[in-house]
Amino acid sequence: MPEMRAPTSAQLGWLLAAVTATLAPHAVELPYWLIALCTSLIAIRAALLWRRGKPPRQLLILLVAIAAGIGVRLEFGHFFGKDPGVALLAVLLCLKLLESHTTRDLRAAVLLAYFLQLGLFFYNQTPGIAALALAGALLTTTTLLSLEDAAARPAAQLRTSTLLLAQGLPFMLVLFVLFPRVQGPLWGLPSDAYSGMTGLSDTMTPGSISQLGLSDAIAFRAEFNGPPPPPPQRYWRGPVLSRYDGRTWRPGFSTIAAAPGYAPSGRAYEYRLTLEPHNQPWLLALDFPAANVPKARYAGDYRLLAEQPLRTRTRVELRSYPATTVGKDESAFVLAEARRLPADVNPRGRALALEIAAKSANPAAILAGTLERMRGMGLTYTLNPPLLGTHAVDEFLFDTRQGFCEHFASAFVFLMRAAGLPARVVTGYQGGEINPVDGSLVVRQSDAHAWAEVWLAGRGWVRVDPTALSAPARIESGLSAALQEWDALPLLRRPGLDWLRDMRHRWEALSNTWNQWVLGYNSDRQRDLLERIGFRQPDWRMLAMLLGVSATTLMLLLMAWAFAQRRRRDPLDAAWARFSRKLARHGAGRHPWEGPLDYGKRLAMTFPGRAAPLRAISERYASLRYGAQPADPRSVRLLARSIRRLKLK
Amino acid sequence: MPARPDASRHRLGDWRRHLLRVRVALDRLLFRIGPPEPAPIVLGQRRIYVLPTPAGLAFAAALLVMLIASINYNLSLGYALVFLLGGVAVASIVHAFRNLLHLSFAPGRAEPVFAGERAGFHIIVGNRRHARRPSLRLGARGAEVPFEIDAEDRADVNIPVATTARGWMTLGRVRIETTYPLGLIRAWSVLVPDQRCLVYPTPEPNPPPLPEGPSSTPGRRAGSAGDDDFAGLRRHQPADSPRQVAWKTLARGGPMLTKQFTGMDGGKIHLDWNDLPADLGAEARLSRMTAWIVAAEQRGLAFSLTLPAASIAPGQGSEHIANCLRHLALFGTDGAANA
Repeated sequence: MPEMRAPTSAQLGWLLAAVTATLAPHAVELPYWLIALCTSLIAIRAALLWRRGKPPRQLLILLVAIAAGIGVRLEFGHFFGKDPGVALLAVLLCLKLLESHTTRDLRAAVLLAYFLQLGLFFYNQTPGIAALALAGALLTTTTLLSLEDAAARPAAQLRTSTLLLAQGLPFMLVLFVLFPRVQGPLWGLPSDAYSGMTGLSDTMTPGSISQLGLSDAIAFRAEFNGPPPPPPQRYWRGPVLSRYDGRTWRPGFSTIAAAPGYAPSGRAYEYRLTLEPHNQPWLLALDFPAANVPKARYAGDYRLLAEQPLRTRTRVELRSYPATTVGKDESAFVLAEARRLPADVNPRGRALALEIAAKSANPAAILAGTLERMRGMGLTYTLNPPLLGTHAVDEFLFDTRQGFCEHFASAFVFLMRAAGLPARVVTGYQGGEINPVDGSLVVRQSDAHAWAEVWLAGRGWVRVDPTALSAPARIESGLSAALQEWDALPLLRRPGLDWLRDMRHRWEALSNTWNQWVLGYNSDRQRDLLERIGFRQPDWRMLAMLLGVSATTLMLLLMAWAFAQRRRRDPLDAAWARFSRKLARHGAGRHPWEGPLDYGKRLAMTFPGRAAPLRAISERYASLRYGAQPADPRSVRLLARSIRRLKLK
Repeated sequence: MPARPDASRHRLGDWRRHLLRVRVALDRLLFRIGPPEPAPIVLGQRRIYVLPTPAGLAFAAALLVMLIASINYNLSLGYALVFLLGGVAVASIVHAFRNLLHLSFAPGRAEPVFAGERAGFHIIVGNRRHARRPSLRLGARGAEVPFEIDAEDRADVNIPVATTARGWMTLGRVRIETTYPLGLIRAWSVLVPDQRCLVYPTPEPNPPPLPEGPSSTPGRRAGSAGDDDFAGLRRHQPADSPRQVAWKTLARGGPMLTKQFTGMDGGKIHLDWNDLPADLGAEARLSRMTAWIVAAEQRGLAFSLTLPAASIAPGQGSEHIANCLRHLALFGTDGAANA
């Protein structure tokens, strides 16, 4: 095997380009020192290539590798998982560049480069990253090609590898659509597998939601069949928090059942949710989802839960009834939990609640009275509330008077409980924005919200949104309307940037399609697609058969291409070949060694009756072919015509 | 070939013969190889074979790991990349196959050589396609030659094959292969062109001086040292050795002339099998006579050759020498008859 040859500088140049293109997009997530190391290694290799210098000693390379390994261990704390894995691969690839003594080294580097192109998708799967990875794969494939066909010009090498990729593309499409999709991890994943997923957490402390308020990232999309509910009804339920220790709200006790604990009533909204992965099981349904959602369970606090934490983009078809009455006969245990308060916090708030309770005749009056008092306190809604101390509710209500939704919800639920009413905090998302391009409702992390639920005898759990007291616009038209001008708003929430929002809408509609059809393509969607094409109940046998048939078809097409003899020949040669073919049919084909003039003489002797035209044609060809001037197209056409019209009998 | 007296070696020879027979049968079964094929041999799709190279297997293993990573982390684009690279590998099978498809092979020159030298088997490989055929390799008998052919062109590939024994040497199985385009797939075919090369006996390294028997012409000038003296020029005749053409004169634009040396017209030498010492074996005799012919050629001497079964009249020039060497090469073989 010619594997031990030293690589040429052109081959190394291709590899260098491939490595640079592959590693450049990785700069986003790699640690800075690693980027610096990789950049300098690539630069050293490029300089060596430029000056035809010798690569450094293997011992030095080994030392750098060990140092980088230690660095990765210190940076990430472990070697397992995607982040340290990608970092190590990046260093190895750069070192392999310096250690490329033979073509076999280059092949190893090529495989590493392919791995790192895959590694890009750990962090980002947008169309842009896909294009970058494709460019990397093209350059890497060209490196492989240059190892085999070193004699071709670089442009020709690039053309051939583009052709190879183009021929591989139909196979990719067929396999992508038909390859049986296995959902979920094959084994337990390292703990960092889902880091970087943003979303609600299952606890709430002051400030935990306002952090999300700064994020433009999309939490989920909803596509409604028909008009979406008005903004005040767009409450997407997340964790319900009943346990309170004076600072942090935690989920309370909740049953989990296969069917909802309520009878849906009132107006129904049908919609499809596409949730971004957030590594938690809740499905963020609009209040209150109907029964029979496949693969979902119903919590006693009205959350809709998936069987597994959402680690991939997930689609659910739902129907919700916002007007449903819930919790009329709530269990005593849940109600007791919803009344419990730690004894020694927020004395001022507690006193206020008792004062209101003393004045009110019934629970509904307490509720109304508390809302009235809170409205009169001059509370301000802001994304940057001041830090609060031990008695957070007291400080918010009486001192700072600035808070985000979690402050409002937390203070209100505290007052309710202090007045003896069962109440709890509900977190989730509120609102959302209609994308005018595709009509879907986009809910971002900045739409994260916290509100309250109060239990009233005879009415069950009633939703109360205390944020609406001081910032009604938050509920009606979203975050940007509710905040003061000097608050740091996410860029796209700022008014006056309509053109930017329009572009953003278009881009998001496009990426929604990409998400639905490319990234979100899973076994469900595969089944849907096949059923839509007309295959009833596709199973793996049918997939295998379809896969076999399509792959065979593609292979046959490729073989047809292989057999096709493209003869884009010189018209003069073509005419002359036609001439000898024509005469070959009369037993006087041209011998391979025979020149045109000799051939003409022989033909004249073989066909004495047609001697003159035969000699004329061969002499004409000889003068056009071997004349001092290049043959002009007109005379070539004339010759071709006389050959066509030549009759031997 | 000397007979093998040893019984065990005989059995071993039997084994080898059996193995050879199996191999020939396998070849016939797998590669449809039989006796030498008439030229030109054109590679059709049924005789081109493809298998992955070690690099191809490593590539497949890498793709498998990447697929598992994609499944594990649910990377939709990871699937796409793996499938794209898989498609590229499949396309490269067809590219490798296409790189050999419709190549034509015809035997070219095969100049006689002395045993021990490398025989240059020339094979003319033709490309009818309007596209380059890069990265081809032609191999036979342990030798391998890389080459490529331009669009609608031909390549004259010289396979240097080591020779050991005098006589006709057939080229035998020739393997054409390519790992183009990505080195992942090896496409190959095996063919048996009808080509043979004449192998002369090895000249004896330090032969005794040329024999000057009583049959030598007496008019010869004394002292063999003077045989190389330049005597003048005469008109070139087709039979003259190219070594004696006055190339300098020709290069100056003059006529084609042959240099003459004093020794040339002098004594005629008779190389006779029967004059050699009786204790000399047949191969040693052939080897010595070959060396003498080479020496005579270098000095431009005329000579005659007498072998047990044949006798060649005195003469000189390349044709005469070739004829004599041919008789020596084929001495005692079946080929002597049709020589």
